[in-house]
Amino acid sequence: MRQPGKDTEESVRRITRRGLILGSAQAGFIALLAGRMRYLQVNQADEFRLLAEDNRIRIRLLAPARGLIFDRQGVLIAENQQNYRIVVVREETDDLEAVLTRLRKLVDLDDALVDRAIEEMRARSPFVPYTLVDRLAWEEVAAVAVNAPSLPGITAEVGLSRHYPLGPDFTHVVGYVGPVSDYDLGRIEDPDPLLQIPNFQIGKYGAEARLEPLLRGKAGNRRIEVNAAGREMRELDRTPGTPGSDVQLTVDYALQNFAQARMAGESAAAVVIDVRNGDLVAVGSAPTYDPNLFVRGISVGDYKALTENKFRPLASKPVQGIYPPGSTFKMVVALAALEAGVISPGETVWCPGFKQTSGRRFHCWKRGGHGHMNMHNSLKQSCDVYYYEVAERVGIDRIAAMARRLGIGTRHALPLSGIAEGLAPDKAWKQSRHGEAWLLGDTLNVGIGQGYVLASPLQLAVMAARIASGTAVAPRLVKSVDGVDTGTEAEPLGISAAALNAVRRGMFGVSNEVGGTARRSRIAAAEMEMAGKTGTSQVRNITADERRRGVFRNEDLPWERRDHALFVCFAPFEAPRYAVSVVVEHGGGGSVAAAPIARDVLLYALHGGLPPLEAYPAEQRREVGERFDALDLRGPLKPPPTDSRSRA
Amino acid sequence: MSYLEYRVTTVPHGLRKVLHFNWGLLLLLAAVAGFGFLMLYSVSGGNIDRWSAPQMQRFGLGLVLMMIVAFVPIWFWRNMSVLAYGVSMLLLVLVEFMGATGMGATRWIDLGFMRLQPSELTKITLVMALAAYYDWLDIRKVSHPFQVLLPLILIALPMALVLRQPDLGTALLLAMGGGAVMWLAGVHWLYFAMVMLAGVGTVGAVMASRGTPWQLIKDYQFRRIDTFLDPSTDPLGAGYHITQSKIALGSGGWTGRGFMQGTQSRLNFLPEKHTDFIFTTLAEEFGFLGGISLLSLYALIILFCFASGLRNRDRFASLLTLGIASAFFLFFAVNMSMVMGLAPVVGVPLPLVSFGGSAMLVLMIAFGLVQSAHIHRPRQGGR
Repeated sequence: MRQPGKDTEESVRRITRRGLILGSAQAGFIALLAGRMRYLQVNQADEFRLLAEDNRIRIRLLAPARGLIFDRQGVLIAENQQNYRIVVVREETDDLEAVLTRLRKLVDLDDALVDRAIEEMRARSPFVPYTLVDRLAWEEVAAVAVNAPSLPGITAEVGLSRHYPLGPDFTHVVGYVGPVSDYDLGRIEDPDPLLQIPNFQIGKYGAEARLEPLLRGKAGNRRIEVNAAGREMRELDRTPGTPGSDVQLTVDYALQNFAQARMAGESAAAVVIDVRNGDLVAVGSAPTYDPNLFVRGISVGDYKALTENKFRPLASKPVQGIYPPGSTFKMVVALAALEAGVISPGETVWCPGFKQTSGRRFHCWKRGGHGHMNMHNSLKQSCDVYYYEVAERVGIDRIAAMARRLGIGTRHALPLSGIAEGLAPDKAWKQSRHGEAWLLGDTLNVGIGQGYVLASPLQLAVMAARIASGTAVAPRLVKSVDGVDTGTEAEPLGISAAALNAVRRGMFGVSNEVGGTARRSRIAAAEMEMAGKTGTSQVRNITADERRRGVFRNEDLPWERRDHALFVCFAPFEAPRYAVSVVVEHGGGGSVAAAPIARDVLLYALHGGLPPLEAYPAEQRREVGERFDALDLRGPLKPPPTDSRSRA
Repeated sequence: MSYLEYRVTTVPHGLRKVLHFNWGLLLLLAAVAGFGFLMLYSVSGGNIDRWSAPQMQRFGLGLVLMMIVAFVPIWFWRNMSVLAYGVSMLLLVLVEFMGATGMGATRWIDLGFMRLQPSELTKITLVMALAAYYDWLDIRKVSHPFQVLLPLILIALPMALVLRQPDLGTALLLAMGGGAVMWLAGVHWLYFAMVMLAGVGTVGAVMASRGTPWQLIKDYQFRRIDTFLDPSTDPLGAGYHITQSKIALGSGGWTGRGFMQGTQSRLNFLPEKHTDFIFTTLAEEFGFLGGISLLSLYALIILFCFASGLRNRDRFASLLTLGIASAFFLFFAVNMSMVMGLAPVVGVPLPLVSFGGSAMLVLMIAFGLVQSAHIHRPRQGGR
């Protein structure tokens, strides 16, 4: 065998040496591990703690309830309706297809929807809730709830969605909401995380869009703990959102409804403004459409019908439509002239039926002429030659300045979409816009509200209100936000009382005195007498040929080429309360097409309801009564009791 | 000194062996296993029957086996070494043909009452075989090239079989464990230097070949290397495990998040949380103090083995004790390096803590061998 002793000593020596080296290496490595542990767990602990929290905590947004919109009486115009939907969680159904088959006996579902749902649910994690159907009727939801034991994994959930109970009446004022689109996200600079919620509804049009910051509210959130697969394990805490502010508008639901009904069948706009404070009591646009269509997502067919209608229901004519104001502009010219002192109310101008200037004839609407005209009669009979003469004397720049003072050609700050600025043209404008010098002929055209001058029905109503009140009253649409009134005091207009009175009396003549262009539309009730002004604005030039042949009867022309009919008015004459403007597109003469609508609306506003027939001249009462009977009016509504305004 | 040289009468007999049994080592092992029971209870979400109870039963069985092995004289085990190696090789071959497949690898033989993992067994039988070989070999011939070749074959055979499973982690452990015994036996250091140089050269060549036409490994393998070097480049893919593991460890802080309060493990962000990544849960819930305690227990076990092995004048017993200690060191060092982001992710369980029957039983038997070597060591004056 081996040599004992020596070999053993050598073996022990070697093993000891090598063992100590190996042991030291191992000790060194253990120290390295300890150091690494210390580095991760002590030095970097905070950072990793954050990462761990990041891993497990997800923040889910809670959409706030959108602010409600009321009319001036407190009647709901825009509300949040409970909306029932059916949600399926695949892993809780023991057999997805069997459960869906049972569900289909209770709720009407089409095959394509169910097939797509099954496919999508199979593709997702089994615990992700899937919204099967939305906007269910209460009966269907109740049926599902009662049968819950036989429908595992299926729950009915409640959400909120916007609803406009008054339907088409307020489409052009309140507008509508719709789901946030990629286009919206790209267009608006809004970091609000709410917009990232799928199908979150934001204002798309009208006050809903322009008052979005007020109405939206602030997002709440819930912090939940999720596992690695993203499944919610528990809710850590919940911060409810702040609901949007409730907004009360100045409009009156009943008057608005009446105005819309009264304009049915026309392409028209009507604006009613309170001359004392600028409250817009009605802003009607006809024809209109149901905004609820857009909230749900309008069908292609419905949308096409709206865009192809030649009456342009999608346009909000009271603020977006601009028209040559025609003779309704004559008050502006008259006031500019009186303030400039170039004419006195009593001074007369001879009207032979035309005015000859630099070899061109400017015709009066009355071919034979009016004869001697003072200011009162010129307004009453709407003599064009008088205003050619006065416009020439006062000059375009002073006319434009007066127009702006009265609210034409300036943008009124209202929370509505696409507000048109109109145009009060002057020399500088033409030079910069067309690069041409202003001509006398331009002045004469503007003198009768034709040519370059353009005004929206809203601006005409503001003009009437300012003439009636003598103050620079500004239109407003929002009466109060969360119960806090937004009203401000109107400044005086700075036009002499004498000049205003001369013009007001002329307007009184228009609709009351014999020979007034709108005498037929007078108000018979003693304390409610109306002062007004007709306007008929050409949308085409009458050719010399047509003039020779005498073809300028509106009824003989196609609809698109007929004149616009305009009427502005205010009442009661002695103590003005409301001013109204009405524009009927291609309606013909202002006295025939616009003034009767304006009178009905004005009387309705003054009476706070359907006016009594005694307010009308005796010979018209039967006709008016029949007209009222034919109107499709909404029954009276009550404001909801305060406690039911909760947003459930 | 070979076992034949000392008088058997100096070695304790019968019940006296119990007095020489190292109870301290047993306590250390029980403490480590206790950590394991606690953590398995925690990661199961408080369900003791899922992992903790079976693990306790195996530990109990392991204790009995350890006692039996410990009281059988070490020279018996020396004689069994070749047989043990042979049996484990046979089992490894059997795995090839009738192994059960799980997690993409074929590692187990289903014995009915338990699933035996022969590669775990091989980790110890290889050490035994090498210790016996060097005990038999003339000490002056250990560095002879031919005598170096045989142990290399002994190591390479099981490595090749394990790599086929495939199980890269175990193969590397076998290589390093075998290498440790060769180092202890006194094989000339130039051999080790050559192997290291070759290793460094290979790695260098592989890395240099990247993107060239003679690229040595596949692109996805390069990506794995990238992921190891910087897990943040692929936080949701291959780097996910290591990133989540570091988050769990780091978020533990000094004292941890509390027993069963670790969010990373409770919410399943950690992979393999009851096996390879169990240390992360421990570190998350008990913090630095918990982690360093476990590491200290391991260090004490190694320390005990070295103290016993270095003093043992019996060459086989000494090599076996130190070899087992080194293998044991490699197990936890590789596992901890992996979960702390110091080494790439290879499937290596944490010894005595991770859930797993074969590993637990084999380790208990191995420490039984260490105890046997300790009890039956030659005493002074025994000549």
